[in-house]
Amino acid sequence: MSLVELDGVHKRFGNLEVLSDVNLSVEEGEIVAIIGRSGSGKSTMLRCINGLEPVQQGRITVDGTEVTTAKADLNDLRQRVGMVFQSYNLFPHLSVERNVTLALKVVRKTPLAEARDIARETIAKVGLADKLNAYPDELSGGQQQRVAIARSLAMGPKVMLFDEITSALDPELVGEVLRVLEALAADGMTMLLVTHEMKFAKTVGNRVVFMHHGRVHEAGDARETLEQPRTPELTSFLNAVLH
Amino acid sequence: MIREFGFDDVLFLLLAARWTILLTLAAMAIGGAVALVVAILRIVPFRPANWLAIGYINLVQGTPILGQLFIFFFGFSVFGWNVGAWTAAVTTFSIYASAYLAEIWRGGLQSVPKTQWESSAALGLNYLQRLRYVIIPQAVRINIPPTVGFLVQLVKNTSLASVIGFVELSRAGQMLNNATFAPMAVYLTVAAIYFVICFSLSRASQRLEGRIHVAR
Ligand SMILES: Nc1ncnc2c1ncn2[C@@H]1O[C@H](COP(=O)(O)OP(=O)(O)O)[C@@H](O)[C@H]1O
Ligand SMILES: [Mg+2]
Repeated sequence: MSLVELDGVHKRFGNLEVLSDVNLSVEEGEIVAIIGRSGSGKSTMLRCINGLEPVQQGRITVDGTEVTTAKADLNDLRQRVGMVFQSYNLFPHLSVERNVTLALKVVRKTPLAEARDIARETIAKVGLADKLNAYPDELSGGQQQRVAIARSLAMGPKVMLFDEITSALDPELVGEVLRVLEALAADGMTMLLVTHEMKFAKTVGNRVVFMHHGRVHEAGDARETLEQPRTPELTSFLNAVLH
Repeated sequence: MIREFGFDDVLFLLLAARWTILLTLAAMAIGGAVALVVAILRIVPFRPANWLAIGYINLVQGTPILGQLFIFFFGFSVFGWNVGAWTAAVTTFSIYASAYLAEIWRGGLQSVPKTQWESSAALGLNYLQRLRYVIIPQAVRINIPPTVGFLVQLVKNTSLASVIGFVELSRAGQMLNNATFAPMAVYLTVAAIYFVICFSLSRASQRLEGRIHVAR
């Protein structure tokens, strides 16, 4: 069974159907880049996968747990599904280290010393070992986003969801965040990432999913799909972002 | 018999100010604990709890403090309970503080961005953990100035307790004035003591605010 499976998923906000019959399965270790115009339902899809949004129809399972039933233990599931947001959303009242240890201590009940070891290790992995005691408002956007990645990573997730995590960054800070993603990819992390970085999608992604009007309009091998789009909608989207 | 207003009288007022401060602190502690519960009931995603909290806040805010003081001081004797002035005053001002603080703190809780709820949910924190470790600590920081603003009002409002014979700063001032007929000296001293209490509160709050990290 795939690590992440969406099966005939429909999601509505009132009368607005934001996801229509979305089917997708992601294998362990796979890196799936999700692209598409603004409003096509990319963020909503990610948010349904960790249960931040309920769906009206269809089934989503992650790591063998069904997300879309009323009795799903979402808090348990979310420890296995990391999510990083466009706007970082660090906890402003906590230092970098405590941003990372919070969920370990509170959710996982990890002893403090062990939680701090894990935090130091993951923070070092994103290249911020010297910022352990800094507060979010003392960091650049790129550094904050790397802390956000470390915060998710510390929980040891099976899969990570990234929602346009470089879109809010100044251009010169995008590279440092993408390098962290590349390192994660090299470690074999399963990732679903919504991105406008086509070059990155092509080189690091295994697969590309093009969302259009709430549907998976075109999907396939990353390089092939981006170099030879089959549908006019993807062709015109790629023309728009590349020029 | 009329006598001069002197140093002993200032001391008398300072000792009475103790009761103003104690009454404020007691109302703040008890009222604050209740307010926290009411503020949370006000925001949890469960309608009946919201209604209960709204009802409580409206009921308290819609009745005058004086009326409550009389109710607690005299009303209970109807049932054979004799409550003293201190108990009646603490009860009244705790209830008063709980409703106003609940409303202030609700605003603070709701002003923490929704994304903070989401990012903590995404890490696996349950509702109460999100509230306890992420939302409340940020709301506290946002809430310091309006809470201190309310405290300053509370300090001054405790003077109403004099109507049930509770001797705090204002009441002591009245008594001294009756004895000395030196209203200017007496009430200027009273006002000065109130000012020192309230001003120290404001200063302490500014200190506190300067030292903390909040979302910008
Ligand atoms: N909480 C919400 N309530 C109502 N409509 C929403 C909500 N979130 C998203 N939408 C709508 O759903 C559609 C898809 O949004 P989104 O998934 O954010 O798109 P994308 O991430 O691809 O830009 C948009 O039309 C958006 O306005
Ligand atoms: Mg989006």
